[in-house]
Amino acid sequence: MTFEVWISEPVNWVFIVVALAVAGTAVKVVTSQNVVHAVLFLVATLAGTAALFLLLSAQFVAWVLILVYIGAVIVLFLFGIMITRAPTGRGVGLDNDRKGVALVVSSALFAVLTWASLSAFGTAELVDIGEGTPTEVLGRALLGRFVVPFEIVGFVLLAALIGGITIARRDATPADEEGRGG
Amino acid sequence: MIINQFLILAALLFSLGVYGLLVRRNAVMVLLAVELMLNAVNINLVVFEAAIRSTLAVGQVFAIFVITVAAAEVGIGLAIVILVFRNRKSANVDELNLMKW
Amino acid sequence: MNPLLVLAAEEPAELVTSGFWVEWAGLILISPFVAFLLIVFFGKRMRYQGAEIAIGALAFNTVWATALFVLNMTRGVLYERTFEIARIGFLGGTRELVFELGWMVDGLSTMMYFLVSFVGLLVFIYAVGYMEGDVRVTWFFAAFSLFAGSMLVLVGAPNLVELIIGWEGVGLASYLLIGHYWEKKENSSAGMKAFYTNKLADVGLILGAIIVGVTLGTFSFSELSRVAAEGGSGLQTVASVAAALLFFGAMGKSAQFPLHIWLPDAMAGPTPVSALMHAATMVTGGVYLMARTFPLYQNLAEGVRPAMVVIGAITLFAVGLLALVQDDIKKVLAYSTVSQLGYMMTAVAAGGYTAGLFHLFTHAFFKALLFLGAGAVIHAVHSNNMSDMGGLRKYMPTTYWTFVVGSLALAGIFPFSGFWSKDEILATVGYEGYTFVMWVGIGGAFVTALYMMRAMALTFGGTYKGDGHPHEAPKVMTWPLIGLAVPAAFAGFLNIPGIEWPGIRNFTEWLAVRVVPMGDYHPKSVDVGLAAIGLGAALAGLAVGWWLFGRDASTQAERDRLEIPLLYPLFRKKYYIDDLALGLVWLIKAPFARAVLWINDYVIDGIVNGAGMLTRGLARFVYGGLDQRGVDLVVNGLAAATDAAGSGVRRWQSGRIQGYAASFVGGVVVLVLAVVIFR
Repeated sequence: MTFEVWISEPVNWVFIVVALAVAGTAVKVVTSQNVVHAVLFLVATLAGTAALFLLLSAQFVAWVLILVYIGAVIVLFLFGIMITRAPTGRGVGLDNDRKGVALVVSSALFAVLTWASLSAFGTAELVDIGEGTPTEVLGRALLGRFVVPFEIVGFVLLAALIGGITIARRDATPADEEGRGG
Repeated sequence: MIINQFLILAALLFSLGVYGLLVRRNAVMVLLAVELMLNAVNINLVVFEAAIRSTLAVGQVFAIFVITVAAAEVGIGLAIVILVFRNRKSANVDELNLMKW
Repeated sequence: MNPLLVLAAEEPAELVTSGFWVEWAGLILISPFVAFLLIVFFGKRMRYQGAEIAIGALAFNTVWATALFVLNMTRGVLYERTFEIARIGFLGGTRELVFELGWMVDGLSTMMYFLVSFVGLLVFIYAVGYMEGDVRVTWFFAAFSLFAGSMLVLVGAPNLVELIIGWEGVGLASYLLIGHYWEKKENSSAGMKAFYTNKLADVGLILGAIIVGVTLGTFSFSELSRVAAEGGSGLQTVASVAAALLFFGAMGKSAQFPLHIWLPDAMAGPTPVSALMHAATMVTGGVYLMARTFPLYQNLAEGVRPAMVVIGAITLFAVGLLALVQDDIKKVLAYSTVSQLGYMMTAVAAGGYTAGLFHLFTHAFFKALLFLGAGAVIHAVHSNNMSDMGGLRKYMPTTYWTFVVGSLALAGIFPFSGFWSKDEILATVGYEGYTFVMWVGIGGAFVTALYMMRAMALTFGGTYKGDGHPHEAPKVMTWPLIGLAVPAAFAGFLNIPGIEWPGIRNFTEWLAVRVVPMGDYHPKSVDVGLAAIGLGAALAGLAVGWWLFGRDASTQAERDRLEIPLLYPLFRKKYYIDDLALGLVWLIKAPFARAVLWINDYVIDGIVNGAGMLTRGLARFVYGGLDQRGVDLVVNGLAAATDAAGSGVRRWQSGRIQGYAASFVGGVVVLVLAVVIFR
């Protein structure tokens, strides 16, 4: 498939716009010197990802991504930043002094991953995206074939909830322990 | 659309996540970078699902699992960060050197 | 049932291959773990702090195992049940590796079920008395249940994977139990030493198992036996490597030279732990593994066997000598266990499958008995050292008599059980052509008798040297002693060559496990000459021991002088000189001062004392020179090398977690490139 053919599909224009937005905001997520900005850029990255999912007709996953990530996880992050009083201004040394190493390693990783995908799939096309996966199919899969992992993930969430409360709770003093009959 | 346009974007996001993981001092920022990497994985899963069209929508199901586990991970991770911050008055990972000889 | 298990030429028609007892035998493997959980959650609130749960589980197991045992003894059992857990493709999906869990019931497993359950039950009951008033009784019984349960999984496993699960469980439980009194640094260090030594050996076991699995596509013992029985053309090399690695694993668990170093230290645990560990669980695991994979050694990896025989022979003799110079009664027994394991390993390696396992069977009873007896003594005098004991015969008659039975069985005195099993080992080893090793074994019998006489004499003979008033152990402790003394005395009758008991299959037949193609040598009748030589060596050992240590209290001072260097190993060199001088004085004094009795004394003392002194000197040399210096030098050298390497790589250990992450990601990239380039 030549580039001309590829670019002649309108859907790929959309892809280019979204991909540029996702990549650009992702760069800002890891380079921004303002922590709140970094989190907000992550919101943009995730929204872009959700748009990609819509392109791929994965509507349900796209909305789950928006609801869970943008709705809940990002709020958690903002709370975390506020509680740990992370430096919110400019130029307070958010990064360490090993950017060179990190750049080399991550570039090498990118090169390897890109090479791997190119050699594996070449210009294979995504055919017949169609109307996408109905939510019903996903629901039946989740509560049918995948019900055991589903339950386990539910348990993991519960454990994380309890664990988060236990870990972050201020330690009770010995007097408190006795008061509760330890 | 070809498969690789998505895969390479995901590879870019993943590598950016690794970069952030390696350079960020603040633990909250490190977790943010991890989210970026998980997101890249989700893109891959959804693309592969779009490519193979499995009857059970396995790729999307697993993307949902990843999102769920990521949410749990953020909860626990931030709780740990808060605990560390409370004990050491700092959430910078390069100051956590108790494991050093 | 897996039909592949059936390999024997003649199959008894009445073989039990189905029915309640064998089809639900998996419960034996599970019940101790259930007990573990129950004890952990509810033990503290119970009357005996959880001991009753552990005993209940073991009693259940004993009933079940006895039923299986009787079935096996009268008709023979054969059953295997597995559940697939996972299936992994490798080599690009062209091959598959199947992981299964389950249980198997055959002659070998049944014997081990019975041993572990029966000995375990008696030891558990004993422990109720022994551990009374101890800290952490509940946790002790929980870990003890785990110990027994892991061993049952080990012996009930139908494949190498489950065996490794049990194997590691045993290692973990032994670590917990050896370090039971972890408040003292030595004890927790002893636990770690055991764990590390075993881990080192486990590397061999796991690598061997991987080779077996990858080669055969399964870890199943029956499949392994089938392939081995067919001769597995072209597999000799890989089988030899796998066999050597598996044997290395067995060397660690079964404390073969030079990996025996952890076992004497493991005496830091409570005595019931030592009893169970030495008798039925843990250390027999290695011998069991050798027996279970016997066809591999018999048909495919014959090249490995001479090396195994040599290691077994060194263990049985050289390490046995160390028992002569120990003051701690438990260490005497520990070194003796190592020595007896050497016998078993030698026998199995030489091809005497039945002989080795028969010794394992009898040894379990008398060694557990001896340890429990030693425990009763320690309980009474509050010291492990024989220099604090003496004269206990009067105070503790039951312990004394059962200990004597155990000692005679261990020494191999007719008609106690040890005589029969040791004789069979000697006969088999001789028959297989290892004549020199057979004589080493006879020498080992002499040494065994010598140190057991020494232990008996120092503990029960003479006069009491400790403080306070020793008293007989409570009934809860003496009854298990009696319960073990009976089989220790009579278990040998189950396998007298040439004698058939009506209605009971011979021991050889139970163990001629259908997994093993016949070909295992079993003497058709007692070789009277050899038996007489073996018995003679043992009796000579007892006599020399009596002469040196047991005659009467007047030699007490001299004996103490000889014992001192052992108490102060740091000063050993000085006392070597002392010993030398003492010996010279004695040699000069004897002819001159007692000129009249010259011939008389010279003949008796010369021969008897000469043999004794020679053995003692050799023992000192082996202990001081080889064990304490040579082996320790190697071990310490390894430690120093590790230390140096550690200093070298320490700067990588920057403590910066992001540096580690960078190395990790970089390493992944390099690995991917390596795979691509070298594919």
